[in-house]
Amino acid sequence: MKIIAVCGMGIGTSVLLKMNTEKVLRTLGIDADVEAADIGVARGMARDAEIVLTSEELAEEIGDVEAQVIVIDNFFDLDEITEKLTSALE
Amino acid sequence: MAANLASNLDQASVRTHVVAADWQAAITLAGDALVAGGVTTDEYTAEMIAAVDKLGPYIVIAPGLAIAHSRPSPSVLRAGLSWVTLKEPVSFGHKKNDPVSLVIGLAAPDHEGHLEMMQALAGVLMNSDLLVALKAAGSPAEVLALLSNPELLTEKAQS
Repeated sequence: MKIIAVCGMGIGTSVLLKMNTEKVLRTLGIDADVEAADIGVARGMARDAEIVLTSEELAEEIGDVEAQVIVIDNFFDLDEITEKLTSALE
Repeated sequence: MAANLASNLDQASVRTHVVAADWQAAITLAGDALVAGGVTTDEYTAEMIAAVDKLGPYIVIAPGLAIAHSRPSPSVLRAGLSWVTLKEPVSFGHKKNDPVSLVIGLAAPDHEGHLEMMQALAGVLMNSDLLVALKAAGSPAEVLALLSNPELLTEKAQS
């Protein structure tokens, strides 16, 4: 499974989101490849990904993609990431 | 904590309890602090503000916390951080995480070289007790002391 963490620039918030998503996936015992991406390349990368994680503002920018787009409000709230990922994977 | 954020943060890049009128002023403080630490040029500050103008306040990634940054560019001299706590929190226009009292400026010359720094940053930002103490810290020296030696926190709590 491929998951993309998206931010505006690809060096900051997406990297933090990727780290915390990997932490959550390890706890859940889910094997997935998480990549950080900036908004410019995210649409292309989303083509072969199952899930896109991002913030609310950027979710609107990403628009229509096949992957499920999940909005994370607090990038450091592992419970929020766990809950939203779990329900997306059901 | 294995990684140490203090090694990525120059004392000149730390400002505590400073006053900002709005989010542009808050990002400018974080940008000036990056410049003072030799991390970026003034151009980068303008790029960080332009990023929010263009993409919205998505940099407010947790309650009270903004990670001001732009993309790798010639205005980035090296990978580094700045740390600015605000006397009065300011609004960035974020629906859930406003108002912001801590602005962290972040710059990286490429997409990979700063990952250890990001690990260290995540470690600090995930530690809510440490974060409370860091926001309360009244001087750059105190911020750096807490970052390089988080055990101070436990000692403080016990005394």
